[in-house]
Amino acid sequence: MTDIGDLPVAGNGLLNRRLFLQAGAAGAATIMTAQASAQDQPDSMRIPGAGMSESGAPSRYESELYRRAIASQPGTTGAGVSRTPLEHLDGIITPSRLHFERHHSGIPDIDPGRHRLIIHGLVKRPLSFSMDALARYPSVSRIQFLECSGNSGALLSAEPVQSGCGELHGLVSASEWGGVPLSALLAETGVTANARWIVASGADAAKMSRSVPLDKIMDDAIVALYQNGEPLRPANGYPMRLFLPGWEGNMSVKWLHTIKVVDQPAMTKDETSKYSDLQDDGDLQLFTFPMAVKSVITSPSPGLNLGSTGIYQVSGIAWSGAGRIRRVEVSADGGESWADAALDELVLPHCLTRFRSAWAWNGGPAVILSRATDEAGNVQPTRAAVLEGRAVGTFYHYNGIQAWQVNRDGSVNNVYV
Amino acid sequence: MSMYRKLLVAVTIVAGNVFAGDSPNLGEAVTAAEIAVADYTVLPNGDGLPTGSGNAKNGAAVYAKHCLACHGDEGRDGLNDRLAGGHGTLLTDNPVRTVGSYWPYATTLFDYVRRAMPYTTPGSLTNDEIYAVAAYILFLNGLVAEDTNINSETLPSIKMPNSDKIVWQYRPE
Repeated sequence: MTDIGDLPVAGNGLLNRRLFLQAGAAGAATIMTAQASAQDQPDSMRIPGAGMSESGAPSRYESELYRRAIASQPGTTGAGVSRTPLEHLDGIITPSRLHFERHHSGIPDIDPGRHRLIIHGLVKRPLSFSMDALARYPSVSRIQFLECSGNSGALLSAEPVQSGCGELHGLVSASEWGGVPLSALLAETGVTANARWIVASGADAAKMSRSVPLDKIMDDAIVALYQNGEPLRPANGYPMRLFLPGWEGNMSVKWLHTIKVVDQPAMTKDETSKYSDLQDDGDLQLFTFPMAVKSVITSPSPGLNLGSTGIYQVSGIAWSGAGRIRRVEVSADGGESWADAALDELVLPHCLTRFRSAWAWNGGPAVILSRATDEAGNVQPTRAAVLEGRAVGTFYHYNGIQAWQVNRDGSVNNVYV
Repeated sequence: MSMYRKLLVAVTIVAGNVFAGDSPNLGEAVTAAEIAVADYTVLPNGDGLPTGSGNAKNGAAVYAKHCLACHGDEGRDGLNDRLAGGHGTLLTDNPVRTVGSYWPYATTLFDYVRRAMPYTTPGSLTNDEIYAVAAYILFLNGLVAEDTNINSETLPSIKMPNSDKIVWQYRPE
């Protein structure tokens, strides 16, 4: 270990990212030489375990795998959010049962045999599609992130909110989304020459609706039927949802029921009074659709305390609505020096990318940061840069660099730098 | 290239790469009556607004019965979103965002109330009641008189205080 520890690449203990490969090889060698007598083996190695079952569940020892900071409008239980526990997950795919939620009037119970998608408005042939019909259309499947544009809104607070990574940033998740390109269905209905937008509405009690530019719809929108290989969960739009890669989550309308092709946006409640960004000169910015480049360190993070001094993995996720992540840099000295993190093999467009760095913690205080750059060259801004020009109370579309303070006692907390 | 031609090209590409030109063509014709039942969309120009009308005097009673419990007396100090007041506060340290101070289009009121309100019984109001409660909320914000008749003609013509401030961050081709 000492020879590797001699390879710092940035201040306060950031090490060469190739450390992982070498450490892994050493670990394997140790296991191969270990010998244990049968008497000393744990019960699991001496007694046959449990039988098969129809559906799996996490280990009973994993007590942290639940959605966080569940909140609903006063007097309601289904008009609010729940957040993905990012700090307890690794890789890039969010287990479906831990995908964040944002509902506006609860989760509807929809019989797929009765549900239909109706496409109407500025079309040549208004048509409806049953689930059985959609199942016969050639479909696509891609691993992509979904982020609520209200994610990380707590970082607008004047003083740092002391919560966990998932509570602060857990309105982002990633899944393999499968379904039918909406362009294929619009090819069947035809659209008129003046068509520019669609209004997508859900079959929930709010009939939640958003206007979406037709060019996005024709580019890469799908009617999603599958999430991580199984039919959509009810909380994610069963039996079908709109999915718009890279764009603010609210637009990927769940429980998709109607698509009205129009020549102008409807200016619905959720695209004007919500999900809009008031500037300090009075400008009211609407239609900030692609989610901007962003990253966050998921470990270490608040609640995941460090123990003894020595080498730790600094790991996190990065994503961008503009496409692929090109680079993630990590700092352990509050941003004075940076080093490139290693990216896991899957670096996909509009998807979470997992990054990892090795860090030798010397037991002293440290501020760790991550900064993502996407393939379009966009660099994740500082918190101060995000706030620049915003009116007080504007919290959507926050993508600032997250700083975690590591304290001498190994605890970690949210800090502004 | 015109939008229409672009669409044709896009469709052709999809057909070439994924569909090999063969769509199942399983969409079923929808009647105007079926669309009418499913279509809640109201555009800022008034397209989609139904017949009917109401004023703030009628709307006060609708509000008291269906809205007050969550949104408070006169659209203020309720448990949920504040609906009235806040004018001139948006750029202060204590901004109050309401229908009157923040919403750029009055048509959004009808669209949203018809879709989603009252929260526990959406769809229970008649069109006249929706026009009336919209009129009442606009009246609470000083945007219409108490006896102004709100209907499919007058609602889109109401100029909201924040309407000049909107800036589109995305404009379709």
